Amino acid sequence: MATSAIIFYTIAGIMIIFSLLAVTSRRILRAAVYLLFALAGTAALYFMLDYQFLAAVQLIVYAGGIVVLIIFSILLTTHINEKLEKPAWGKVFITATLVLGGLMLTLFVLTNHEFVLGTEPTAEATVSVIGERLLGYQAGGYVLPFEVISILLLAAMIGAIVIAKRNSTKS
Amino acid sequence: MKWLYDFSYLTRTIHEGLSERFEPGTVVILEMLLVGLTFMLLFAVLGLVLVYAERKVSAVIQQRLGPMRVGKWGTAQTLADVIKLLLKEPLINKDADRFLFNLAPFVIMIAAFMAIAALPFAKGLHAIDFDIGILYVAAVSSLGVIGILLAGWSSNNKYSLIGAMRSGAQIISYELSVALSLLTIVVLTGSLQLSVIVESQADGWWIFKGHIPAMIAFLIFLIASTAETNRGPFDLAEAESELTAGFHTEYSGLKFAFFFLAEFANMFIVAGIGATVFLGGWMPFHIGTWEGFNAVMDFIPPIVWFFGKVGFIIFLMMWFRWTFPRLRIDQLLTLEWKYLLPINLMNIVLMAFLSLMGWHF
Repeated sequence: MATSAIIFYTIAGIMIIFSLLAVTSRRILRAAVYLLFALAGTAALYFMLDYQFLAAVQLIVYAGGIVVLIIFSILLTTHINEKLEKPAWGKVFITATLVLGGLMLTLFVLTNHEFVLGTEPTAEATVSVIGERLLGYQAGGYVLPFEVISILLLAAMIGAIVIAKRNSTKS
Repeated sequence: MKWLYDFSYLTRTIHEGLSERFEPGTVVILEMLLVGLTFMLLFAVLGLVLVYAERKVSAVIQQRLGPMRVGKWGTAQTLADVIKLLLKEPLINKDADRFLFNLAPFVIMIAAFMAIAALPFAKGLHAIDFDIGILYVAAVSSLGVIGILLAGWSSNNKYSLIGAMRSGAQIISYELSVALSLLTIVVLTGSLQLSVIVESQADGWWIFKGHIPAMIAFLIFLIASTAETNRGPFDLAEAESELTAGFHTEYSGLKFAFFFLAEFANMFIVAGIGATVFLGGWMPFHIGTWEGFNAVMDFIPPIVWFFGKVGFIIFLMMWFRWTFPRLRIDQLLTLEWKYLLPINLMNIVLMAFLSLMGWHF
């Protein structure tokens, strides 16, 4: 087996194990840490594909941002001795069936789909290429969706400030 | 002596030597191991040297002698401290979350190892030269805070928990300023790749070429990176008088040593990034057309330049620590969100304007 295949299967195995642990752990902070490992594994896969920009974004947004936010809220709300209750068997059964069904469907589609090996050289995803595409207004540019998303983010930020702001009226 | 000025000779010799004896796959793995071992060794030496330097610098500032007993001028003091730390019993609280408690120091160390891999030490001495250089360093250094939060929570100690919360809030806030001040220089370089940033400073360092906005950015970087590494005057996460030792109160022995080492490793990393982006990395100091002066400066090997600049920034950070009084948590957050961040954003616009008009050198 080629070295890259060994590395891929190692990363994939780690991701599967930690994803399972994340949903089965009864200690909520441990679950968050397992989730962190699964997300970092995704970043490792992107690094393996040489798509470094996406890998770094995955690390910043998910591992450094969202997981830190989750851990912060756990730190504020729970105590170390708390354990989540075991879910009822009925719920476990329904969830397991749904998950297995989803897995079967995905595997069915993946195994039956014919993947065509591209002959064109893959486009390099360097920072300058990504930047020119994101802010380009010619064909192949994405400046409109980029600006729409930034307006959405701005609205979300203003909303967060309005919610967090203290009332100016004296209580 | 040629390899001292261009390390690619050395690395190429090692690569060719390994390729003759082993399969390509094995060569890759062996080289990864070699690089990892080198960084481990570097971290160990850094820890020893920086702890000694910190004690001596603080002694000079406080008009003391500092460690003097072990070895000449106390030089073997840190070595003795390491042996003491290794022999200590690793204690764990009764109700601590053992798994997370043991994991936390490693998370911090892994983040430090991942970040240092992207630093260019000298010409040809660069573990990974990512196209996204600065973005990568910002991404992996944001992982370190998870280790701090886990350490504080899993210790089952209220001092640790409060220390971790303070530390987390501080690092998350000041990360923004570090990244934005680096972006100010990226406006000039047009690239995030660290080797390109170093090459672009062959005719002068950015702090001189970018004059006013670059100096403002360097000041903000110094303040924010001192805060990001949890060092004084921003060390309220481990304020001894209120929180004993903050998030690592319950740690002892080797795991405590890891936190200690990570603090100094992180200080080295931020100083290295600052030296690379603002002070020209391993590029010698050149003045315009002074041929003789430039030749003399070129004679000093790049690796000496790099470690000299890093040492200078580290000395500044130690000077801060032993000079300024500690900030309160509200002062700390006010400084970041009401002063540094707006100044930083305006500074980037100013830099973009200068760059557009061609008013930099």
